[in-house]
Amino acid sequence: MTTAERDWASFAEPDGDGRLAMELAVDGIHCAACMTRIEHSLAAVPGVERARVNLSNRRVSVSWRPDETDGSAIVSTLADIGYDARPFVRGQIDDSFRRERNALLRALAVAGFAAMNVMLFSVSIWSGNATDITPETRLLFHWISALIALPAAAYAGQTFYRSAFGALRHGRVNMDVPIALGVILALGLSLYGTITASADTYFESALMLLFFLLLGRVLDHAMRRRTRTFAENLAALRADTAVVIDSDGTLKERPVNEVPSGALVRVAPGDRVPVDGVVVEGRSEIDQSLVTGETILQSISVGAPVYAGTLNGEGALTVRVEAAGAGTLLDEVNRLLDRAMTARSRSVALADRVARYYAPFVHAAAFLTFLGWLALGAGVERSLVVAITVLIITCPCALALAVPAVQVTAAGAFFRNRLLLHSGDALERLAGVDTVVFDKTGTLTTPSAQIANLSELPETLVAAARALAAGSRHPVSVAISAGPKPSSVASDLRETTGFGVEGLIDGCPSRLGAPAFVGVEAEAAALAARYPDATLVGVRVEGQAPAVLAVQQVLRSDAAQTVAALKGRGFAITILSGDRVPAVGRVAEALGVIDWRAGLKPADKIAALEAMQGEGRRVLMVGDGLNDAPALAAAHVSISPVTAVDVSQAAADVVFLGDRLAPVPMALAIGRRARRLMGENLGFALVYNVFAVPIAVTGHVTPLIAALAMSASSILVTANSLRAQKVPREMQVASPQSSSSASIGETVVAT
Amino acid sequence: MNILLILVPAALLLGLIGLAAFLWSLKSGQYDDLEGAKWRILNDDDLPEDERPEHRDGGSEHETRSHMG
Repeated sequence: MTTAERDWASFAEPDGDGRLAMELAVDGIHCAACMTRIEHSLAAVPGVERARVNLSNRRVSVSWRPDETDGSAIVSTLADIGYDARPFVRGQIDDSFRRERNALLRALAVAGFAAMNVMLFSVSIWSGNATDITPETRLLFHWISALIALPAAAYAGQTFYRSAFGALRHGRVNMDVPIALGVILALGLSLYGTITASADTYFESALMLLFFLLLGRVLDHAMRRRTRTFAENLAALRADTAVVIDSDGTLKERPVNEVPSGALVRVAPGDRVPVDGVVVEGRSEIDQSLVTGETILQSISVGAPVYAGTLNGEGALTVRVEAAGAGTLLDEVNRLLDRAMTARSRSVALADRVARYYAPFVHAAAFLTFLGWLALGAGVERSLVVAITVLIITCPCALALAVPAVQVTAAGAFFRNRLLLHSGDALERLAGVDTVVFDKTGTLTTPSAQIANLSELPETLVAAARALAAGSRHPVSVAISAGPKPSSVASDLRETTGFGVEGLIDGCPSRLGAPAFVGVEAEAAALAARYPDATLVGVRVEGQAPAVLAVQQVLRSDAAQTVAALKGRGFAITILSGDRVPAVGRVAEALGVIDWRAGLKPADKIAALEAMQGEGRRVLMVGDGLNDAPALAAAHVSISPVTAVDVSQAAADVVFLGDRLAPVPMALAIGRRARRLMGENLGFALVYNVFAVPIAVTGHVTPLIAALAMSASSILVTANSLRAQKVPREMQVASPQSSSSASIGETVVAT
Repeated sequence: MNILLILVPAALLLGLIGLAAFLWSLKSGQYDDLEGAKWRILNDDDLPEDERPEHRDGGSEHETRSHMG
């Protein structure tokens, strides 16, 4: 069978001059040296027009002349110098993020420029008011300020006006409503003051407010963009492609979302099944632990349904693609997912909850101020001016920064701890968690099987087993051969389907496979009692005593410590698994978890979660399988490992990288700390209002006081938020060693 | 105070030049890779062959340099 050619039309884009261009996600770019190396090597390929590394998002953009070279040459050049590169599918990169960032930066620049220049005039006026400025000069300065401030504020404040208008139109109030109102009123009052030649204007306050708020938005955007970029790279490196059999019999590798229903897809032995469909040719064993949580291999043949995400065994399959039909597992998952997602939106973010009370409060205060001054005999104009200054000074700059600033800093702390935060408000929800629910397969255990009794086996036999297993694509063989390259050399390998592999190890005849094939039934029976869930594999090298390997999914290296640490912190722990009762029971026993349930379907998991939440518990769900996706969406907050299926990662609030479970308690700790800092920030903002509102209500606010008070409170809140950077010690699980296996993880740490 | 007629436009003009320069740099994509830009200034490729420092040559540098954290 020839290997499939990538269908480059799906990846590369013509750039106008007859050249093709594409972006690649490259794993392992760490430093400037990598950058130079990649650029030099690619430039040396004939036909490559331009190659540029982007070190911030770890991508390479290449353009080449299609008549001289092609994409495969570029990818193989990168592979030759040690970088795993995968092209992005056209349209996979979301460019709207970049455009949005640029729009925010432009607004920030305009607001900054205008604020500084208006401040130049305002400071002159304030010092002039105290000394001998002439009314004519002051009026000139006010007019110049107005000419700068009005267009600048109209341009820079667009985000806020739009959002406030959108909220009002739907009959809601968000934090942007008092902001937009404050800015517009400050500008209006100042323009009125300029026209009537009054001494006070608030142009600089309005502009500085916009500048600070935009700064917050830019940082917030940068945080979300970094997570997003990283997720896009992971998706590309995971290569969601399928090998399609064209009508003329040629094989083409295409992005999964471009494979039409009804197409024939070839699944090589040992590959993940890329699509849902029905087997039309071939027979094999399928590992569907990622889909159902079940760890036992299932035999399939013609006519059997297969699901995306399952791992194919030793036989090549041809699968006819089917869209998710009614009644399939995927259909059920999708249906439950929709329902669970709508339930999630019930939880209202902290900032919106505050806005709901804050906006009516300040508007009422301003209205009462107006009535009060009117009742005390001040004219309508004076009363109106005082009422508007109340609105200006209570414009919630600090309040609007209080939550996002903490979210940005905490997301940075997440990133450094190998956690990707999908939504900022997940932090608040993490802080409230009192119950942690784990899935078993792939979450508490490692995503792939390992040799469980490795420490009891002689090293030479393990090396022999690895070398023999390397010749087979059976899932069990793949699990055995994983890891460092074996020291033994295997030759003359022959595979007997359903039994095992035989060959020469360093010249000695050897066998690896089912106990009966190797002749170690007695040893296997003895081991079966100790490892009831394991697949037992015999290995024999002539001249040595044979041995039996127990291959099964083992607990993550720090699962026990993590569960113990969580229990020590007072969290209730539950295991909800789709696997069989004995397998789950043994894991629960090993971890000391009393509350566990097995054999659950996706709907059962949701029901269990809803029952817990009905008791008033706030549940953190940690899971990875397709069967966990609805539960992840239904839980108060959810985390999934990076090895999880796409649907689950999309449903989860946080994704963690690496082989260890320690990021889970870390996420909870950072969440709690962030929630506390948000509370402090809101407290600061409240204290600010306690002082500022009486001054405004009594009519003593001057533009100088307004500018000072608003900037000071914003800076204070931002500075306090930076404390979310520090990683709390309390939750750290003692780490045996930092895992270095995942190069993706290193990429994160290096940032 | 007539001096203001010169100073005020001069101050505004300088500010506008700064703003225009920023907007131009943003548009030309100079903020797309801040991480790479700080290393590229150390790149000698733009120098003529004989002015480049001796010690560097493509591959060996990669092995000797530890990963930037």
